[in-house]
Amino acid sequence: MSLNRRDFLKNSAAVAAAGAVGISVPQEAQAAAAKAESKWRWDKAACRFCGTGCGIMLATKNGRIVAVKGDPAAPVNRGLNCIKGYFNAKIMYGADRLKTPLLRMNDKGKFDKKGKFKPVSWERAFDEMEVHIKKALKASGPEGVGVFASGQYTVMEGYAAQKMMKAGFRSNAIDPNARHCMASAVVGFYQTFGIDEPSGCYDDIELTDTIVSWGSNMAEMHPILWSRVTDRKLSNPDKVKVVNISTYRHRTSDLADIEIIFTPNTDLALWNYIAREIVMRDAKEKIIDWDFVKEHMVFATGPANIGYGMRRSGEKSITPVKKDGSAGKYSALEMETINKEMSKVLSENEGKALEPYGYKAGDTMKHTAGTLKHWEISFEEYKKSLEPYTLEYTAKVAKGDPNEDIEVFKKKLQALADLYIEKNRKVVSFWTMGMNQHTRGTWVNTLSYNVHFMLNKQAKPGSGAFSLTGQPSACGTAREVGTFCHRLPADMMVKNPKHRKITEKGWHVPNGTINPVGNQHIMKIHRDIEDGVIKFAWVNVCNAYQDSASASHWIKAAREMDNFIVTSDGYPGISAKVSDLVLPSAMIYEKWGAYGNAERRTQHWRQQVLPVGDAMSDTWQWVELSKRFTVKDLWGDYTLRNKKKLPNVIKAAKKMGYKPTTTMYDILFANKKAKSYKLDMKKFPQKGYDNSECLGDSRNVKGSDGKVFKGYGFMIHEYLFEEYASFGRGHGHDLAPFNVYHKVRGLKWPVVNGKETQWRFNVKYDPYAAKAAKESGAKDFAFYGTLAKALAQGDLKGIKDKKKKSLKNKAKIYARPYMDPPEMPDKNYDTWLCTGRVLEHWHSGTMTMRVPELFRAVPEALCYMHPGDAKAKGFKQGGLIWVDSRRGKVKARVETRGRNRPPQGLVFVPWFDEKVFINKVCLDATCPMSKQTDYKKCAVKLYKA
Amino acid sequence: MAHSTNRRNFMATTLQSVGLAALGGMLWSGYTDSVKASPLVLRPPGALPEKDFLTACIKCGLCAEACVNRDTNVDKETGKQRPGTLQMAKGGDSLLIGTPFFIPLEVPCYMCEDIPCVPVCPSGALDMPSLLNDKKELDINKSRMGLAVVHKESCISYWGIQCDACYRACPLLDSAITIEYQKNERTGKHAYLLPIVHDNACTGCGLCEQACVTEEPAIFVLPNQVAKGKAGDHYVKGWDAKDQERVQNAKEIHTKTKRSEKEASEYLNMEVEY
Repeated sequence: MSLNRRDFLKNSAAVAAAGAVGISVPQEAQAAAAKAESKWRWDKAACRFCGTGCGIMLATKNGRIVAVKGDPAAPVNRGLNCIKGYFNAKIMYGADRLKTPLLRMNDKGKFDKKGKFKPVSWERAFDEMEVHIKKALKASGPEGVGVFASGQYTVMEGYAAQKMMKAGFRSNAIDPNARHCMASAVVGFYQTFGIDEPSGCYDDIELTDTIVSWGSNMAEMHPILWSRVTDRKLSNPDKVKVVNISTYRHRTSDLADIEIIFTPNTDLALWNYIAREIVMRDAKEKIIDWDFVKEHMVFATGPANIGYGMRRSGEKSITPVKKDGSAGKYSALEMETINKEMSKVLSENEGKALEPYGYKAGDTMKHTAGTLKHWEISFEEYKKSLEPYTLEYTAKVAKGDPNEDIEVFKKKLQALADLYIEKNRKVVSFWTMGMNQHTRGTWVNTLSYNVHFMLNKQAKPGSGAFSLTGQPSACGTAREVGTFCHRLPADMMVKNPKHRKITEKGWHVPNGTINPVGNQHIMKIHRDIEDGVIKFAWVNVCNAYQDSASASHWIKAAREMDNFIVTSDGYPGISAKVSDLVLPSAMIYEKWGAYGNAERRTQHWRQQVLPVGDAMSDTWQWVELSKRFTVKDLWGDYTLRNKKKLPNVIKAAKKMGYKPTTTMYDILFANKKAKSYKLDMKKFPQKGYDNSECLGDSRNVKGSDGKVFKGYGFMIHEYLFEEYASFGRGHGHDLAPFNVYHKVRGLKWPVVNGKETQWRFNVKYDPYAAKAAKESGAKDFAFYGTLAKALAQGDLKGIKDKKKKSLKNKAKIYARPYMDPPEMPDKNYDTWLCTGRVLEHWHSGTMTMRVPELFRAVPEALCYMHPGDAKAKGFKQGGLIWVDSRRGKVKARVETRGRNRPPQGLVFVPWFDEKVFINKVCLDATCPMSKQTDYKKCAVKLYKA
Repeated sequence: MAHSTNRRNFMATTLQSVGLAALGGMLWSGYTDSVKASPLVLRPPGALPEKDFLTACIKCGLCAEACVNRDTNVDKETGKQRPGTLQMAKGGDSLLIGTPFFIPLEVPCYMCEDIPCVPVCPSGALDMPSLLNDKKELDINKSRMGLAVVHKESCISYWGIQCDACYRACPLLDSAITIEYQKNERTGKHAYLLPIVHDNACTGCGLCEQACVTEEPAIFVLPNQVAKGKAGDHYVKGWDAKDQERVQNAKEIHTKTKRSEKEASEYLNMEVEY
């Protein structure tokens, strides 16, 4: 049977599609497809980009990736992609890919911070890293060594980095850019459920009746999920309702039945309004599922005076305070906002919301540095907390479009509440950065669960509050592996001595190795560099100097102070530019790897091609680094900043069979367990695939010892994955074996007895819930997370009874008030600035700006603004203006007709363009509980450039 | 200087390149006849219909100068001028020499709200009155430089890929280009988001063509006379109260076909064998 081209295409599509649904295709057609593509090798992988986690397949020929296709067998996307995923085949082949280590040197070949970058060998690179890390440890102890980690690390890279940092260097100053992305969601999960990550999965989209998008531009940021939402809407256009809740109109509004434009920060009020509707109407309409609430919920609250995560008075870089209002390295203008960190006079709007908590407008609220503390309250107290959120008050505070009639706005709020409340109407709430990048991000995350819990619309098919993840592996790596300053694998915490012991045992390191103080989150790492505490910092798989707010400060500290900054990346960006040493990293398909997406789906892939130039994976870089440090170097005693002592564990190490000269490599990476993971090029999945870290490769890269790197000789990827997985198995975080993931299109954890879990905490679908419910006597749900499941008792004003009561298997409904953000428009800086993204570009653009088609589609970041504002300020469409805040200014082109249509008084600027470096303008205020930066609101003034 | 619009310089070099001297006795009008059939040219906003435009345009270049010199046409980094949209046809462009045109894939029209290229036209070849709204203000949205056309087989949105870069780039998004939603029956759970162009709003600026991410743009601007058909004035859409406006210039109806070309009596009196 011979085929012409058209028939061939039809046949291949048929085979692929048939494979996806299990229909058998005639043998001839299968063979024909295989033959035609026989010069290409296809293999499955995950898309490099967002948290949707589409499955793709890559075609390699002659050692290069030549094509990509959406994987028809992948349940998430069934063969489709968005236009970023569409270009996965091109992202590794940009013209200026980093190929060799580069070090700033003077003419004599010595490291010089003021020198220009020149190529050096890997050996030299590691020599410099060794010298500077030792210098940093000597000067500041483990707190002097920092790592900007990533939600785009593979699971193996993240785990290797975490091990070396926490067990090797004993430093907890490793924190991922997922801090900027998901931290508020994480702490929201911990506070509510006692365990991280969503209860539902993407299948909720096909099952729900209502999709509410809160501060999330799904149309551009999760396009394949949006495609599924759209299909759901088309399936039943009258019943299925879509609501877009945002501070400006964007493309997600196109499909929406209701569009609600709200003033920045007032999502707190909107959620409370809905809760108030539920509670106040309950007596008459029987809205609250009291059986569910009484069995599974407790009410809780915490302090309101938690500040905004900014620098606190006394910190080195804002000392001394001068007469003109400036302080240390910060200008008087900057201090105008920073001073609010210590105390603030409460406004009319927030005063009203805080009345039940014992405050009133005009009070001076004195702030702590943020706390996770909370206590149990009665339902009556919770009800009191909702009093202020009448329709009148909420509409007044929250209406975001000055040109919208408030009566129209009120009707929308009522319609929104009614949709949630409607009996038997399934509802899914989605959010991403709008609710997470928020100075009360943790609070607003917990408020979403309040509503869903009271209605018993959580953790069941088609209903639930679902936190969407932005990055491809913020879940799989950063959160699940625990590459955060305060975390250990599988939701364990650094500050819990039991957890440290379990981890030390798993890592085969002495008790007391792990540093119990883990408070150096990303902004603190930047601030510690500025304060001169951190003397060595390493940027891994992110662009920490482009992605952090108040950017000028961190860049100045990196360039001008006595420290050593290293960036590992595929392409040179701002972080590389301000570094002292730049290392060429292997990109995603140049290494074995695994990612975990927003619906808890872990997906693995094999190495498809060799890395470009002398690039090596981040796993290799960490493992090689570990060869340079011994027990003697790292495991002596230290005194930390807070005077706490890290004990000397060298003696304990000797008892375990280690010598003072044993390297961290031997202990953490090339130990007995690791070596038991054999290489076997004759069996699946290793057969036929490169494995640069384990075997070396034909490039004969000269490694960290100056000799050709010939591989570790054991399957280090499987070792790292399996050792990490061992922490979670049996604890609600079960992952399948390594090899299984190479056969399937990912599995949603917990994977128990080979079966994935769609809805957690639901007895019907989650074996852990079934088990816990047997003990608790519940029939339908068990919220079995264990963090913070014993609370003191009190009321809205504080703790009244310190004795802790157990809430085993329960979850929490929180009383949390509306509060203003620390910087709002005023006379001087009269416009809100909101930042975000565009579909065409990923994050800081290091990859997508190098794809010619994506670059041409959106070559520059624009300042989206209402035409009325442009006219009033004398700006022309397409003209250049300054966007200027207390912290810095950038030039941007005005766009009044674009994809984003802000209301008057607000502008939007995406952050992918290093030439429109908007993070110089943004404020590094954070949620004081999650430490996540609020990029969504600060105050700017605009004028012609 | 890629786009030198110095008129003297331009005419001199162009005449040289065409070798007009070699044309000898060929009349100017003969030359214009031979190039006026160039069907794919896109003219500046407000341009008269092509036949009239060719007669009216005095090839002064002021429109192209106004475009490249406009104050928003500045490179953000260098402060230098970026290339302008309007080019002047040179010999070999198979367009009438000296007339202004643009190629969206090179530099699209940025739809300036103050339309700098039109008020400066001294000859009316760019017809300013046609670009005034009811309040007698310049309105770039009234221009009809061309019509964007989507080739669905090369448009990846029609494959089911989530693209719509053209839609997001369109200054009249949601009116010139809208998104139409359709179920993707193959996957059973995704939807197509299809870009559809509407000729009552599309100005032909070409920002869509510039943004399109396929190897050859799947959306491209064609001149109106090439891109459009015509339904006919004798039929009105009964379900659309406003459709009668479309046929307000309908003429008297006379028809002739091969069957009806003979007079009735001539037909009737013809000898024919059945």
